[in-house]
Amino acid sequence: MNLFKSTVGRKILMAVTGLMLVGFITVHLLGNLSVFAGADAINAYAKHLHDLGPLVWVFRLVMLLLFAVHITFGVQLYLENRAATPDNYAIQKTLVTTFSAKTMVFTGLIILAFLLYHLLHFTVQITNPEISAQNLPLVDGHLDVFTMVTLSFQKVFISLVYIVAMIALTLHIFHGLSSWVQTLGLSTGSSQDKVTYIGKIVAIAYGLAYIAIPLLLLARIVK
Amino acid sequence: MDLTLHVWRQKGPQDKGKLETYPAKNVSPDMSFLEMLDEVNDGLIKSGKDPIAFDHDCREGICGMCSQVINGRPHGKQEKTTVCQLHMRQYNDGDEIFIEPWRAKAFPIQKDLIVDRSSLDVIMQAGGYTSCHTGGVDDANAMLIPKPTADYAMDAAECIGCGACIAACPNSSAMLFTSAKVAQLAALPQGKPEARKRVLAMTQAILDEGFGNCTNHYECEAACPKGISVKFIAKLNREYLKTMIPTSTDA
Ligand code: HEM
Ligand code: FES
Repeated sequence: MNLFKSTVGRKILMAVTGLMLVGFITVHLLGNLSVFAGADAINAYAKHLHDLGPLVWVFRLVMLLLFAVHITFGVQLYLENRAATPDNYAIQKTLVTTFSAKTMVFTGLIILAFLLYHLLHFTVQITNPEISAQNLPLVDGHLDVFTMVTLSFQKVFISLVYIVAMIALTLHIFHGLSSWVQTLGLSTGSSQDKVTYIGKIVAIAYGLAYIAIPLLLLARIVK
Repeated sequence: MDLTLHVWRQKGPQDKGKLETYPAKNVSPDMSFLEMLDEVNDGLIKSGKDPIAFDHDCREGICGMCSQVINGRPHGKQEKTTVCQLHMRQYNDGDEIFIEPWRAKAFPIQKDLIVDRSSLDVIMQAGGYTSCHTGGVDDANAMLIPKPTADYAMDAAECIGCGACIAACPNSSAMLFTSAKVAQLAALPQGKPEARKRVLAMTQAILDEGFGNCTNHYECEAACPKGISVKFIAKLNREYLKTMIPTSTDA
């Protein structure tokens, strides 16, 4: 089908999957922020997720599909674009593009690497078994996710990994959250469209909120 | 004023090519950039050397032949200006100027600063036209086109096909060029019947010719000597999306 091969079709697929991933990180962020509301809040949130049962697997499958489509085309487009540009100028100048736009595939791959680590850390819980919820005493009959999270982020290495990854995510959606408007043919004026600015502001807000979690726990401002 | 030029010299398509340095002495600020190069070439010819090969035709900013990247910017530093319309008053005594050809896989270098831009013609041949019967010319106002639509189409039609958008694009994508053609024709009644076929064929030609994909850097718009807006790329994307909606003739 043309959609999977065309230069525009693949960009549209990337924009749609990218936006759905943004939907995911929005819900995920709201859930994560419950750590600031205390142990009961985040433990209850974790319990709700567990109680979804088989739905969790449906959700995981959808996420896998979104990532697969987004990453496959992202890497494909990147490789084609490199092949189309074999030689550099002696003086290489750009006028309006951003660091964030130029590094999309790299920030994307950092996110992917982080995602694998993140799943091993909090989902499979094998990177730091001594502080994993599976091995901590239950509270009121359910897993103590709060203690796992706070003890994790008190470790400098873990916090740094998360902070670097969240900087990459912020850079990625800084371009992504304005780029989709153009890709889906919704922009009407120049690159100065208002939505572009809103997208960039939202990206920074997400970044700050995501980084606040490991940062405040590491600094023991939140315990 | 006296300048130092670093110019890309390449004997032919197979040659590796390299930057060579030439002085440009007694340059008048009233010269155009191409006239300055003409003078340098005069000197080269007189001393028995091969002159710098560069493309040009109209020298009035409408043909799109003069393709040079000057200090990293297609058509040089003056906004919305072709190389032939760039004047030496933009430069100061003692300036160093790097002059390179458009660089993209789809634009093979023929000699020095001359590249082969026939790949743009291939994109045009894929759909940058309207099919119509020959015969008598229609009455000028027989087909009513609202003024804003006509203006929109004219803005897109300003594209002179010079290729600066590709030269400026980090991905060597021909999206701004293609979108200007797609948008111009899709806006007008004459172009509407073939709009679907056109956008599919022309975007396919982009990849077939070895251009890259658009990732919304917008360097093209900044480099365009005619100020073609990236809103036409959004329009192209919209035209592409429309092809996914079935029409009565599909079924
Ligand atoms: C939660 C994770 C992610 C989110 C929220 C996200 C979001 C987005 C969005 C909204 C876009 C804009 C699409 C457009 O240009 O219209 C995008 C583009 C892109 N993403 Fe992601 N993405 C994520 C993960 C990844 C990963 C893991 C990769 C791995 C390679 C990746 C690579 C790319 C690339 C290469 C682009 C294209 C950039 C461009 O066209 O300029 N992304 N992403
Ligand atoms: S020579 Fe025709 S546009 Fe410059």
